[in-house]
Amino acid sequence: MLRLPRFSYLRPASVAEAVAMLADHGDRSSVIAGGTDLLPKMKRRQVQPTVLVGIAHLEALSHRETTASGAVEIGASRTLTSVLKDAELAHHQPGYAQAAGLVSSPALRNTGTVGGNLCVDTRCNYYDMSEEWRTASGSCLKTGGELCRLAPSSPRCWAISSSDTAPIAVALGATAVVAGPEGEREVPVASLYRDDGNAHLALGRGEILTRLRLPAPDGWRSSYVKLRRRSSMDFPLAGAAVALKIDRGVVEGCRLVLGAVASQPVELSDLVHGLVGQPLDEEAIEEVASGASRLAKPLDNADLSYVWRKRMVKEIVARAFRQAATSEVAAVP
Amino acid sequence: MSTSREWVGRRLGTVPGGGEDGDGAFQVVGKAMPRVDAVSKVTGATVYADDLSFPGTLHCVLLRSPLPHARIRCIDVQEAAGLPDVVAVLTGAAMPTRFGVSPSSEEEQALAADKVRYVGEPVAAVAARDEATAREACKMIQVDYELLEPVTSIDQALEVPMDEPIHAASKDGNVHRLASLEFGDVDEGFAASDHVREDVFFYEGSNHLAMEEHSATAIFSDGQLTVWSSTQSPHSVHRALSSVLGLPMRRVRVVATPHGGGFGGKVDPCSHEIVVAKLAMITGRPVKCTLTREEVFYNHRGRHPVLMWVRTGVTQDGRIRAMHFRTALDGGAHASLGAATTYYTGALQPATYDLPAYRFEGCRVFTNKAPCGPKRGHGTPQPRFALELHLDKLAEDLGMDPVELRRRNYVRPNSRTVNGLRITSCAIEKVTDEVLAASGFSRRERRDGHGQGFAVSAYLCGAGTPMYLNRMPHSEVSLKVDRGGVTVFCGATDIGQGSDTVLATLVAEELGLERGDVRLVTGDTGLTPVDLGSYSSRVTFMAGNAAIEAARKMRATLVAAAAEHSGSRPAEMTVAGGKIGPLSFEQAVAAAEERYGTLGSVGSYAPPPSISASKYRGSAVGPSPAFSYSAAVVDLDADRVSGEVRVNKVWIAHDIGRALNPVLVRGQVEGGVYMGLGEALMEAQAYRNGLLHHPSVLEYKTPLSSDMPEIEQLLVEQPDPEGPYGAKEVGQGPLLPVVPAVVSAIHDALGVWVDEVPVTPEKILRALDAHAKGSDPRTGPRSFPEIPYPPCEKVALPDAASATL
Repeated sequence: MLRLPRFSYLRPASVAEAVAMLADHGDRSSVIAGGTDLLPKMKRRQVQPTVLVGIAHLEALSHRETTASGAVEIGASRTLTSVLKDAELAHHQPGYAQAAGLVSSPALRNTGTVGGNLCVDTRCNYYDMSEEWRTASGSCLKTGGELCRLAPSSPRCWAISSSDTAPIAVALGATAVVAGPEGEREVPVASLYRDDGNAHLALGRGEILTRLRLPAPDGWRSSYVKLRRRSSMDFPLAGAAVALKIDRGVVEGCRLVLGAVASQPVELSDLVHGLVGQPLDEEAIEEVASGASRLAKPLDNADLSYVWRKRMVKEIVARAFRQAATSEVAAVP
Repeated sequence: MSTSREWVGRRLGTVPGGGEDGDGAFQVVGKAMPRVDAVSKVTGATVYADDLSFPGTLHCVLLRSPLPHARIRCIDVQEAAGLPDVVAVLTGAAMPTRFGVSPSSEEEQALAADKVRYVGEPVAAVAARDEATAREACKMIQVDYELLEPVTSIDQALEVPMDEPIHAASKDGNVHRLASLEFGDVDEGFAASDHVREDVFFYEGSNHLAMEEHSATAIFSDGQLTVWSSTQSPHSVHRALSSVLGLPMRRVRVVATPHGGGFGGKVDPCSHEIVVAKLAMITGRPVKCTLTREEVFYNHRGRHPVLMWVRTGVTQDGRIRAMHFRTALDGGAHASLGAATTYYTGALQPATYDLPAYRFEGCRVFTNKAPCGPKRGHGTPQPRFALELHLDKLAEDLGMDPVELRRRNYVRPNSRTVNGLRITSCAIEKVTDEVLAASGFSRRERRDGHGQGFAVSAYLCGAGTPMYLNRMPHSEVSLKVDRGGVTVFCGATDIGQGSDTVLATLVAEELGLERGDVRLVTGDTGLTPVDLGSYSSRVTFMAGNAAIEAARKMRATLVAAAAEHSGSRPAEMTVAGGKIGPLSFEQAVAAAEERYGTLGSVGSYAPPPSISASKYRGSAVGPSPAFSYSAAVVDLDADRVSGEVRVNKVWIAHDIGRALNPVLVRGQVEGGVYMGLGEALMEAQAYRNGLLHHPSVLEYKTPLSSDMPEIEQLLVEQPDPEGPYGAKEVGQGPLLPVVPAVVSAIHDALGVWVDEVPVTPEKILRALDAHAKGSDPRTGPRSFPEIPYPPCEKVALPDAASATL
């Protein structure tokens, strides 16, 4: 079996101490909560931090509260399973709960966390391989090499954003609370990500994602549809997150975000702009879905063919719209 | 050789103590009970190969080739050998003797010395105090390679090699084996046909994906070598170790450890088994090596990718007059059992359908990929897939019901096939009836996107010929009985299929005991008499018959002693419920020990010579003491828009002869269906630029428990005259009809053919797109390559005397 390399495990007493430890150790360190993404990558020597800073035990990161307005704040180290068991959350934010429930398998959701899934590393089937395989293949941009194995003439890394919860968080207009050496800052989840497979998170040295804030439903409906080969386990081959506000059949607001077709979640605001003020009929859904498929540019670095994945974007976007349109609107508490 | 008289004596159709089919007649046979080792398995108490740890064990890591094809100029191990805690470094130069599971193809070296032939081929090994050090040392080994052009496809393998052939001995480019046989007059058959059809199919390769990775530990002490390994054939490992290490077999002991699954992947003797043994001899310390999952994919020996072309002539009423079947197998870098695999792609077509004339041409090529070998169904799932779909298409051409077309050509019980195979018990009609009745196939609901598919198959109950030519028994059992209990010694290896349970069941039945009363020592070449291994679905049939023979001799001894002791006649003694006549089993044993001294009995099994009527090149492949038949109906939904398939239910009927333990039988059937669905819809040992595409269990897709449909099993019990209590095989057969039935159901649902597996959503959409454009509504290979098959060996038909059994 693949073995973990040697590393030191640090157990900070507070978020501030965790931040200090990460700032102190810099690139040699990594934050760890559930470890479901990090530890397999360490076994395959894709990343080799020598210091892991544990945050799963920090109470400040495992709280969960609902504000008077109906906004929900979830600590980053809460497990995805705890999200699924949260009836109030499922009621207010069905799209987010749906996405959390589609991450991997029950066993991994018992360990994997809200923050971990938002930050999950980008994936590529030239990168997510053992050290021996990558030696045989030659290293790539993401493993310190000179060229991208997928697109050798490309100056950048095309590893795929593979989070199921990121697209829906962006669609819902969620914000992330980040703790760092300079204190706390709150940013839209959308701006957590960069369009670079090799550096997909816009987090500075020592920064930790501590909380996810989902805004009050305020009449918005949401849905997430995941494309994958099997009924469990698999990372997304594409994802479609839709947030929709409809009043008497007419669209008042709409956000569509695709997952797993680029190095970051892709929000298609121009595409859905035309829906506002219009009735959401099958024709409108078809048109938006076709447009999304046209704009999606998956590459040949995940399971099944990229041609099929692109084609299927249309289907999952249409499904997500239909699901969102028929979902219930949460009442304000 | 056995005489025919002995064979009559060994027919077990008449079982003492009851009528053949009387359920109540047996004490343990036929009863649904857990495996004898169920509790230790589910509680984690079972000690698997990787759980073994001896004091002072060194850990071995193999350095593997990063190149698909290259000459090795030199290997510098100096730096690695100098690393603290490294005890030994080994290269191929230390083990020049070549080996292979099949004596006709002994071309492998435990560590490649002259050249590497696939990415992942072992080239050096390190033994160190711990695994991390061994791994570190491997990275320090410098191998100077001279690159050679890799060969990565069947087409490329048939061309003149750019640099050099993968194996120097290969003819015609990289051809490993050619087969060319004709039974009956095929040209005449085609001429007499009303309709002739040709099709081309492709079946992708796949790995066994046993849950347990391979692991072996060796100890060399006092001039004797012992190797513990998760092998399916300790006997094959025994032979290879003796040959490569230059030790007489009497100095080598191989112990097969409890298994986490084999499926054919642990039949070949493996590099790591020989390497740990050599390292143990060099260092004088225990040496252990456990492969990673990725290494298991490189060790492979899995399903061959096979390209197939089939041409069949039929009369208007659906009677097959002639069939011509061509196969091209992508063998990967080594021979393994590939010569046999090649013949298996042609051997069993006539065991399912009565073919009056049959021509088979097979070709296996070497490519620079992980070696293919035997996987569950060994060379028969691929032609089964092609044949069943080909018959569906023929039926469509004739406007005939596909089941009816098959029925008109089914083989008959007690017949001889055109290629000389003896068919005895054969429930092909019955499994068809049962699966049709249960599934309602003939009255199925017809709507777009929903379909059902039907297919049948045949499989062997053990290869009739041993892997190396000899006239010794295929399986041997010895039985020790004394006041301390009953112990069965047998070389058979329980790889999870439950052979230990079968042995305990049969011996308990014969001696009137409970299964738990029977102690088992199995799969240990130092302690147990020879069994050839767990492959070709041979163990229940062969080891089972050997065990029954030994147990019946022992029973006769105990009955005689008990009768004498109690003053009754042996004929009046019943053996049941822990009693022999009026005596308890223990009293009877004591009486026998007093009367005869040490008690022991032996039994053995070799198939009767009559199983094969013809001698030709390749005639060793196909004959079997019995054939099992399976029929399946698959019900699924296929989405016209996405191409996604959801299997709703599988009905499967299997001709088991007798279910010695229905729990075990059902487990095997379910596993076979699972594996068949995986190969039909997902599994692919695929390559990109000479590198494995999916060397992990996350990326290599196989169905999850949540992907599995409901399975309805129908066990057909028509006892075989020679099987133990009438039992036949179940380990492999039930996989076979599932794959074509899936593809047939997709056709039923969408009207398109996907003539290659695995069926992916994209392949379905391509066929639908073709249909929409008015082209051939099909995805699959377009043509079959030109292959330099030799002229056909014309084999005389079995004579009339042997044709009627």
